[in-house]
Parts: sequence; structure tokens; C-alpha cells
Amino acid sequence: MAAAPPSSAKIMPATNGKGLPATLSREEELAAYRMMLTIRRFEEKAGQMYGMGLIGGFCHLYIGQEAVVVGMQMVLKPGDQVITGYRDHGHMIACGMDPRGVMAELAGRSHGYSKGKGGSMHMFSVEKGFYGGHGIVGAQVPIGTGLAFANRYRGNDNICVTYFGDGAANQGQVYESFNMAELWKLPVVYVIENNRYAMGTAITRSSAETNLSRRGLSFNIPGEQVDGMDVRAVKAAGEKAAAWCRAGNGPYILEMLTYRYRGHSMSDPAKYRTREEVDEVRTHHDPIDTARRRILENRLAGEDELKKIDSEVRELINEASEFATHDPEPDAAELYTDVYRD
Amino acid sequence: MPIQVLMPALSPTMEKGNLAKWLKKEGDAVKSGDVIAEIETDKATMEVEAADDGTLGKILVPEGSVDVAVNTPIAVILNEGEDSSALKAPKPQVQRPTPPPAPAAKSGAKDSAVARPQAPFAAPAPMQPLLDPDIPEGTEMVTMTMREALRDAMAEEMRRDKDVFVMGEEVAEYQGAYKVTQGLLQEFGPQRVIDTPITEHGFAGLGIGAAFAGLKPIVEFMTFNFAMQAMDQLINSAAKTLYMSGGQMGCQIVFRGPNGAAARVAAQHSQDYSAWYSHIPGLKVIAPSNAADAKGLLKAAIRDPNPVIFLENEILYGRSSPVPKIDDFVLPIGKAKIARPGNDVTIIAWSMGMTYALKAAEELAGMGIDAEIIDLRTLRPMDTATIVASVQKTGRAVTVEEGWQQCGVGAEIAARIMEHAFDYLDAPVARVSGKDVPMPYAANLEKLALPSVAEVVEAAKAVCYR
Repeated sequence: MAAAPPSSAKIMPATNGKGLPATLSREEELAAYRMMLTIRRFEEKAGQMYGMGLIGGFCHLYIGQEAVVVGMQMVLKPGDQVITGYRDHGHMIACGMDPRGVMAELAGRSHGYSKGKGGSMHMFSVEKGFYGGHGIVGAQVPIGTGLAFANRYRGNDNICVTYFGDGAANQGQVYESFNMAELWKLPVVYVIENNRYAMGTAITRSSAETNLSRRGLSFNIPGEQVDGMDVRAVKAAGEKAAAWCRAGNGPYILEMLTYRYRGHSMSDPAKYRTREEVDEVRTHHDPIDTARRRILENRLAGEDELKKIDSEVRELINEASEFATHDPEPDAAELYTDVYRD
Repeated sequence: MPIQVLMPALSPTMEKGNLAKWLKKEGDAVKSGDVIAEIETDKATMEVEAADDGTLGKILVPEGSVDVAVNTPIAVILNEGEDSSALKAPKPQVQRPTPPPAPAAKSGAKDSAVARPQAPFAAPAPMQPLLDPDIPEGTEMVTMTMREALRDAMAEEMRRDKDVFVMGEEVAEYQGAYKVTQGLLQEFGPQRVIDTPITEHGFAGLGIGAAFAGLKPIVEFMTFNFAMQAMDQLINSAAKTLYMSGGQMGCQIVFRGPNGAAARVAAQHSQDYSAWYSHIPGLKVIAPSNAADAKGLLKAAIRDPNPVIFLENEILYGRSSPVPKIDDFVLPIGKAKIARPGNDVTIIAWSMGMTYALKAAEELAGMGIDAEIIDLRTLRPMDTATIVASVQKTGRAVTVEEGWQQCGVGAEIAARIMEHAFDYLDAPVARVSGKDVPMPYAANLEKLALPSVAEVVEAAKAVCYR
């Protein structure tokens, strides 16, 4: 049954209006802009390197969704944890992981975060509070709930931000997790990145309830829809959710309405949506363009300053690419290490 | 005819129980459904209801009797019109608690004609497993059930390390579906002894997340049959993350619970997962056969920085054996034990399989076959060296497992023997295993589907060409 592509005019539905966008300070606006741009340029470079055969296997790009992770990261504090699925490069960079180590891992090189043994979907940095990078759809949701459990067990006020997509939102283990999280009042923010397509299946074709913020209702978990293309809106919602969790009220669901410009993975011809639909979002809702326009309109920075950021970001990403390209592959002896810990 | 009230079985594996209390006395009228007595096992206390109307004619087993065998008549109910004279019928016998009869050493006369001369036989080796080389000589031993040994192991580790906690279905308020966590809630409180919803996939993943954060969870599966729902988390998340993170992030967690067939619970509740988990690099897999190993290895598992699958056995929970009285008794993971030394054939078993192997060894001794029994204890990493050394001595090997043959643990052992001791073999390795069918329910079929002492004896004789 072929579903007609959704009308492009309605592609980004209005959020339910809860929580006005946060006001960002000049520093915050510029930092968010720089981080979103870093992720965008990183992903564009990863796409190029994939085309050159330097990156293999699966490679899921985050282009278009940058405001989600950057806005959420702004509300976290040391000791908080982040976990996500396999579209994870943006999360790592937002957590402060070195783009060189991430790119080297994508290329399967020895100085990648996992010594080249994990690849695109499996990177971790306990130091930066990033717990992966998980390749099985939905599997990170109980694990993230367990990270939150550890916070509760230790009696600190840290939270775990557990990201998953609209596709994973239909997984059974998500609801098992919701139940335990609310039952035990675990400090976990479930961030559903609704980019409208679970691989090639539009949400309307896979989900009986497409308002995913309501998915916690039967567990009494509050939820709301957020304009995931606006970093200010994300931050505002994230602040509210984080405060709720830190205060011991249990979990919170944020459905981020977002969009990915690229295919599901590198091999996706994206025949399930129209070029016009993608263009509509890119033209009118791009999170980076929106931030840039706002910065200029509010005179937080001038064209020159933004250009300077742009060129710094490009340099950082070129450096990461160079590093990954010239980093050696892991030593053959690494094949047998890290299976067990002594 | 008076109606006999029999000692009921409270669970598929219950063999005996205590008669805690009579709620009716002789001469009382009883109606069907009336609670007439309370019985208890180490797992639970239950009420006995009258199944018929009448008068409680005679109490055959007094209050306070312990170890009353299932199906022992405990009382007689008289029908209307019957009086105590009806009791003169064949007197029901109360079975006294007696130790299980030792298997009669068969004379072997029928078989002795074939190969070796009969005499002189070595005296049958004691059934008690040998003292573990890891236990210092002269250590005081305390007899306890495997259930108690497992509980003590968890309690000791929880006292030692506040990052250790236990979670699972019915582990707290109910005191454990099989009473393995009995008393832990009372000692450690609900923060560390956590009842979960019946959602194996979810709570296994949650435990793994807690382990990623540095806690040391013990996750109890009510049985490993239900852990199939959590298989993805166990393998993809627990076992592989250390490798996928380049050694950065480990997962210190124990998944434990009963594995294998209990009794009469049919195909979905009777499966041996030894081979399944043994297949996975990144997991350690332990399957003890006695209380001491259970205690020493569970403590080791809880301290091990890797994910450990700890396969227990419901039938073995209630069996008692000596456990060393040592302050901190920890056994090494990955080391098999020679449970009985011998020269003629090596029998390799673990967990419930050891029960068959040890009994078979006694019978074999009666036939002049001196079997060496290896209790594998840990399935991954497998102690190949101990197996190979034994086979180099005996030249013959038999494996015993409840699981199926295809890609089973026995198949793996056979392959290792072939790789490392081929020139020493005097016969092909024989495998005794569960039959290649889902577990049937009917008692006779179930018995046929499982390995047996007789099959181990036959296999040992076959590899000895007897």
C-alpha cells in the first residue's frame, strides 16, 4: 500500500505551544550556533568520506536534527548521562567528544573512540557522560532508564537523557521502561526525535497514535511536543523536563518534531518522500539558518563574526578528517583484546 | 470407604515437606474446601483443603512432622455413616524421612562375560565430591542447601559492597519465587532488593544500564526460560559493549536463576540454555552442581568485572552438601574440578548432569569400570586443560547434558578433545544429552527425553567396548 507523501505545507506541525522559547544570552546563541554548525559540517564531511570509501558499513547522518541535541545539552550539568541509538554522531560532538576521535572511529582507525572496533553506531565516552551509540532499535531505552536508576540509587540529582526515534517509539521495551521509570520515579528525560520516518516508513503508516508525546499517558508520564527545529524551544522544554526529573518527580517525555534531510543511511534512495518536502523544511525551518538569522536580527553578532565561526568550524572538521584519514588501522593484535576485562 | 488425605506437592519439584499445623482435630466435621492443615517447604507455606465432606476420622501424621514425603497419607476422612471401625482398613503407612537409597551396585554379571574379567574391583568411590583443591585442608564444613548457599553468597557480597543490589520478579516481598533471595529484603531494604514488573526485556536492559553506570546488579530471572525475552539485551548490550567501546566501558552484572528442566512443566518451561550462552564471547557462563561451588562461584561472579550468566537448577536448590566455613570463600571462575578420580573413562558433566554422572560412576565401579568425573562448573571460559589431561589418562570420554546435541556443549567438548587429544582416544567421544524434541509433559515421556543414569552407564560401557 503506497501512501501519498504528506503535503509539504503541513510538514512541520505547530507544537502545542507549551513553553515559550527560552531567551538565550548572546554567548548561548553563539555557542549553540557554533555547535549546530560543527555537527552539520561533521556530518557533511562524513558523507563525503563515505563516498570516498573511507567510512564503511552503516552511517546514519544527523543533518537537519542538530537543534535537538544542542538544545538539550544546554540544560545538562556534570554527571548527567546521555544515551542514544545509532544516529549518534551529533550527540557525541554535543557531549564534547573530540571530532577527531569520532571521525577516526567512523573510519575504523586505531585512535577512534573504540579503537576502530565499534564504528559509527558504537562509541562511548564515560568521561563526557556519553553511554552510546546503540545499534538495536529501542535497546538504549531500558539502558538509559538503568543509568537513571543508578542516579536514584546513589541519591544524586543527576538525570539521564535517553534519545530514541519515532520508529523506536513502537518498541515493546520502551513501554517496559516507561513503566519502571514512573513506578520508581527515575530521573530520565525521554527525548523522542520524531523525524517523521522510521527508515522509509512514514509515522502515519507505522503508528496508531502519531502524537508521540502522549505515549506515556497510561503510565502517568507527562509529555509535550516541542519544535525540534528551534534550539531555543528545545532548551526551554529541556529545562522544564530536567527540573522535573531532578526534583524527584520521575520521568518526562519530550517529543521533538524534527526532520532529517539525508536518507536513513547512506544507501537510502529516499523514494518515500518528495524532493519538495525536503526543500520546504530546509528552506523554512532549518535550525542553523534560523539561529543565524536571529543572531543577525538581534545584532548579537555581525556577519564577520559568524563567518569567523564558520571558518573555525570548517577547520576543525577538516582537521578531524585529516586525522582520521592518516590514523593507522588498529593493530591486528587488537582483534583479541577487550573481550573480557581482567 | 474412608478417604485418605495425601501430602500434597506444592511445586513441580517438591519431594517432601513439613506438616506445620493441624487446623482440625479428630472428630471434627469437615466440608469440601475447608482448610484442615498447613504444610510448609523451604519455599513456601500452604494450606491443605479437604476435598470431600465428612468427619476427620484420624490424623496419621502429627503436627510438627518434618520431611513428610509427597503422597504420604496424612489423614483419613470418614464419609457420612462411617465410623472409626472403617479405619481398620489397610493401615496407611507414614513414611519416615530416610536418606535416598544408594543405588544398588549391580553385580554386572550379565555384562561381565563380554570384556574384562570381573575381579578385583576397586571399592566404589564415595558419592561425596572430592574436597576442592581451593579449599584448605582441615576447613570446617557446614551442610546447607544450594538455595541457602546462593543466598549467603549474595548477602555476603551485598554487605561487602554497597554497589551490589538484586532485582527481579518476586525477589523482595515474596522472598524469591524459589526462595533464593529469602531474607535479603529484611537485611538490605527495598532500595537494594527490588521487585520488578514481569518485563524481562526491560529490567534486564535496566540492569545493564545500571552496570554501565558502575553499579553491580544481580538480576534474577525467575527461570532462564523467560530470559529469552531479554536475550537481545544480554548479548547485544551486556556481552559486546566492552569490545565495541574499545575496552572503555564494561558491564559488571550477574544474570542468575534456574536453568534446565524442573519437573512436569513441559516444553516452554524446561530448557537448558548452557549451549546458548556458552556461544557468546564476552559472557562468562557458570553452572554449579553443589552448594559449595554455588557459593564460591556466585561470589566470584558478583566480583567479576564482566557479565556473568549463572545457571542454577531448581531440582538442585533443595539438595544439601558441605560448604566450607570460611569468611570469604571465593572460587576461581573457569576451573573445572575432578569430582571423582578414575582411570578408565572420563565423564564430563556440570549442574544437574553431575547427579547422573556420579550415580553412574558408582554403578560402573560395580562393573569394574573406574570412571573419572569432571565437574566443569564453568562453561565459558571452558577448562580445556583439565578435560584434555583426563582424556590423555583414560583415553575415553562421555559428556552429559540436558541440552540438545546439535551445537551443544557436549559437541564443543568432543571437538576440543579431538583437537587436543585425538591420538590418545581409544574410542569416539560419546554424548548423553536431552533428546532432540521439545520437552513433553507426560511423566513417562519427560523421563525419556532427559538424560538418565542408565544412559550414562551405557555410554561409558560403550566407549570402554564393554
